Amino acid sequence: MSEYITPIRTYLAVFLALMALTTITVAVAFLELGPFNDIAAMGIAITKACLVVLYFMHVRHSSRLTKMVVVAGFLWLFILIAFIMSDYLTRGMISLQGPIG
Amino acid sequence: MQGESSHAFGLAHHFDSFDQQREASYLGMWVFLVTEIMFFGGLFTAYVVYRSGQGAAFAIGSHELDIVLGSINTAVLIGSSLTMALAVWAAQTGRRKAIVAFILATILLGGLFLGIKVVEYSAKFEHHLVPGPNFHWQGPEAPGVEMFFNLYFLMTGLHAAHMVIGIGILLVVAILAWRGSFSPENHNLVEGIGLYWHFVDIVWIFLFPLLYLLGRNIQV
Amino acid sequence: MSDTVTTPPRRKHYLNVDYGIKSWLLTQDHKRIAILYLISITFFFIIGGVMAALIRVELATPLGDLVEADTYNRLFTAHGVLMVFLFLIPSIPAVLGNFLIPLMIGAKDLAFPKLNLGSWYVYNLGALLMVAALLRGGTDTGWTFYTPYSSTFADSEVILTALGAFVVGFSSIMTGLNFIVTIHRMRAPGLTWFRLPLFVWAHYGTSLIQVLGTPVVAIAILLVAAERLLHIGIFDPALGGDPVLFQHLFWFYSHPAVYIMILPSMGVISELIAAFSRKRIFGYKFVAFSSLAIAVLGFLVWGHHLFVSSQSIYAGLIFSVLSMLVAVPSAVKVFNWTATLYQGSISWQTPMIYALGFIGLFVIGGLTGTMLATLGIDMHVHDTYFVVAHFHYIMVGGAIMGYLGGLHFWWPKITGRMYSVFWSKIAAGLIFVGFNLTFFPQFLLGYMGMPRRYHAYPEEFQILNVLSSAGATILGLGYLLPLIYLFWSMRYGERAGDNPWGAYGLEWETSSPPPTLNFDEPPVVTTEAYDYLSLREKKLA
Ligand code: HEM
Ligand SMILES: [Cu+2]
Repeated sequence: MSEYITPIRTYLAVFLALMALTTITVAVAFLELGPFNDIAAMGIAITKACLVVLYFMHVRHSSRLTKMVVVAGFLWLFILIAFIMSDYLTRGMISLQGPIG
Repeated sequence: MQGESSHAFGLAHHFDSFDQQREASYLGMWVFLVTEIMFFGGLFTAYVVYRSGQGAAFAIGSHELDIVLGSINTAVLIGSSLTMALAVWAAQTGRRKAIVAFILATILLGGLFLGIKVVEYSAKFEHHLVPGPNFHWQGPEAPGVEMFFNLYFLMTGLHAAHMVIGIGILLVVAILAWRGSFSPENHNLVEGIGLYWHFVDIVWIFLFPLLYLLGRNIQV
Repeated sequence: MSDTVTTPPRRKHYLNVDYGIKSWLLTQDHKRIAILYLISITFFFIIGGVMAALIRVELATPLGDLVEADTYNRLFTAHGVLMVFLFLIPSIPAVLGNFLIPLMIGAKDLAFPKLNLGSWYVYNLGALLMVAALLRGGTDTGWTFYTPYSSTFADSEVILTALGAFVVGFSSIMTGLNFIVTIHRMRAPGLTWFRLPLFVWAHYGTSLIQVLGTPVVAIAILLVAAERLLHIGIFDPALGGDPVLFQHLFWFYSHPAVYIMILPSMGVISELIAAFSRKRIFGYKFVAFSSLAIAVLGFLVWGHHLFVSSQSIYAGLIFSVLSMLVAVPSAVKVFNWTATLYQGSISWQTPMIYALGFIGLFVIGGLTGTMLATLGIDMHVHDTYFVVAHFHYIMVGGAIMGYLGGLHFWWPKITGRMYSVFWSKIAAGLIFVGFNLTFFPQFLLGYMGMPRRYHAYPEEFQILNVLSSAGATILGLGYLLPLIYLFWSMRYGERAGDNPWGAYGLEWETSSPPPTLNFDEPPVVTTEAYDYLSLREKKLA
C-alpha cells in the first residue's frame, strides 16, 4: 500500500473554504438567532475541523483503522462531556419534600 | 546485529519494510493525538460545565476579548496549517528546498500568532482581567466573569504552550530537511509534526468560537 | 558462573550480548527494559509494603498510639499512591507485557523501542518527584487528591506528589501507545487477530484505557496544581469552582484505571489456565471480546464513586445500572475459565495455584463491587472498610496474584532458570491464606460501620482488626519468599530449557533466555492459539 499524495489544488481549496467559514462564523455571531447562535458556531467549527482532519491530515485517504482511531478520540471526548453533563443538567430536577428536605 | 546489512538506510532494524515503518509511525502519531484530544478535553468539559450554569457571565467575558485580533489569529493559524500541509507534500514528492521553505513559513506564521497572543494577554493584564488576587471586575456577575477568564487563560495558555513546543520541533525538522534526511519513502518526522500542527490548529478552531464568539449577540 | 566442561559453547542471548551498566541504561531491547521496570516496581512495592505494615500495626489497637492522626493520613496516602501509580499500573504491562508481547506476536521488538526506554525514564522521574515529596514529609490527601482539600487547605506536599502522578501517567501512556501500534502493525505473517494469545487481547484493552483515560486525570491534576499555586478558582467553591467536577474528571480515569490493573492480570490467567489444563480456552472469542467490552464499558461507570457527592440522583441511577453491566464481561471470563478447567488435564504447578487463587478472590471482589454499585447499599457502606476490602480483593487478591502467577510462569523464559518448586508452593499458599485473613475481616468491619482512613476506632472492632493485622504479617512473609528464591534461582537455579511447562505459544518456541532479536528465524503462524490438541497428537504420533 503506497502513500496517497493530495494535489496542491485540494489544499488550496480547503484553505479557502476554511477562511470562508471563519468569516461566516464571525458574521453570524452578531446576529440574533437565539439558541441557534451556539448551534451555528459549533456546527461551523465542527465542519472546519472535519476539513482539516480529512484533507490536511490525510485521513480521507487513510486506512479504516486510522479513521476508527480518529472517531474513537472524539467519541470519548463526547462521552466525557455528555456523562458529566447528565449530572449537572439533572441536579435541579428533584426537590425533596417533607421531613428530609 | 544480524540482518542489519540487508536493511535499507533509514529503515529501523525491527521493521521489515518502509511501508510498515510509515504505517506504524502514522498510527502512533494518531494515537498520541487522541491522548491530546482527551487532555484538552478535560478543559473543554470544565468550560461546558461552568458555562451551562453562568451563560450570562460568560457572555460578558467574551465581550472583553478582542474579536478583531482573535479573527486575525484564526486566519493566521489556518494559513500556517496550509503551509504545513504543503511542507508534507514537498516531502512526499522529494523537494528538499521546498520542505525547508514551507516549514519556515509555518514557523513564521506560528510566531505571528504567538506575538498577537502576547498583545492580547498584556491588554488583559492592564485591565486586571488576569484571574487570581489581582482580578478586578466592577460590573455584575463578578464570580462568573472570573471563571470565564480562568478558563480563557488556561485554555489559550495550554494551546500556546503546544505551539511553542511545535515551533521548537519544526526548527529541528527544518534543519534535518536541509541536510537531506528525508526521502519520498522516509519522511515520517515531517508527516508526524504536520499532524501535530494541524491538531493544534483544530484546538484553536474550537477555542475561537467558544471564547470569542458565543454571546456576542447578547447586549451587555 | 559455574559452567562445567560438558556444557555446549555459550549461546548469545539478550542477557549476555553485552555487559556493563551502560548497556542496560541505554538499551532499546524490550526484554531488558522489562527487567529495568521489574527492578523499579519491586523497589516501590517494598516501600509501599512497609507503609502498609505501619498502617496495620497502628490498627492493631483501638487507640491511636503509634502515630499521630496527621502522620497516619500521610502513611495511607503514600501507601495508596505508591501502590497504585508506581506498582500496580505498570506491573504487568510494563514488565510481563513488555517482555512478552513482541515474543508472542513474533516481532523483533515493540514498534517504538526508544519510546519504550523513554517511558522507563519518565516513570523514574515521576517516582523521583514522589520520593522527594515523601522525604519532605509526605502528602495527606489520600491517593484521590480530592478538592478543595488538596487544592486549598492541605498543608503538605500535594504539588510534588500530584506532579509525580502526572509524570508517571505519561510513562503509562507511552507504554499503551507502543502496545497498540505494535499489536496492529508488527504481527508475524499468519498471526490473525483471532490467533493471538488472550494475554495480547487483554493488553490491547488495557492500552486503550491508558491512552483514552490517562490524559484526563493529567489535566485534572494540573488544574489542582494551578489552583493551589495561583489561587485561581476551578474546584474550590470559595473561589467560584465546583469540587465535584474534580471528582468527575478524576474518576473518569480512575475507574477505568482499576481495569488497567486487572485486565492484564486476566490476560495472564487465561494463559495459565490454558497451559495447565492442556486445553484451548473455552469460548476464546468471548474471552477476547470481553477484554474490549471491559475497556469500553469501564468508561461509563465512574459515577459510582460519586453516589454521595451531591451528584444528581438521576445520574446516580444511570451509573448504578451501568456499573452492574460491566460485571457481565468480567463474569464471562470467569465462566469460561472454569469451563476450560472442566475435563482438562490439570497440573498443580505454582503458577496454576496462583491462577486458581485469582479466580476465587476476583469473584469475591467483583461480587462485592456489584453490591457497592447498588445505590442503596453504597449509601450505607461508602467510605467504610467494606470498600477497602472490595478493592483489595481485586487489586491484591486479583491483580497481584495474576502478576505473581505470570512471573512464576515466565521466569524460566526470562532468566533461563527454574526456581525452587517447594518454596514457591509454600509462598503461594501463605499468600492465599494471609490475604484472606487480612481482608475478609475488613468486609465485616465495614459492614458494621468502621470508616476508612482513621487511625483509631471503637474497642468493639478490635478483634477483627487484630485478625487483619495478623493476616498481613503472613501475607508479608508470603511476599518476601519469592523475592528471596527468585533472586537465588538466577544464580543457582537449574537450567530450565526452552519450554519447561510444555506450553503452547510463540514465546515458548524460541530459546530461553531469548536472543536479542527474539527469534533466529522469523516465525510464521499456521495454527490457532492454544492448539494443545494437535500438540498432544504430535506427541502420540
Ligand atoms: C465488577 C466490577 C466492579 C464494580 C461494579 C465495582 C464497584 C465499585 C464501587 C461502586 C465502588 C465505590 C464504593 C464507595 O466508594 O462507596 C468501588 C470502589 C473501588 N473499586 Fe471497584 N468495582 C468493580 C471492580 C473493581 C476493580 C476491577 C478494581 C481494581 C482492580 C476496583 C477497585 C476499586 C477501588 C480502588 C475502589 C476505591 C476507590 C477509593 O475510593 O479509594 N474495583 N468499586
Ligand atoms: Cu469504580
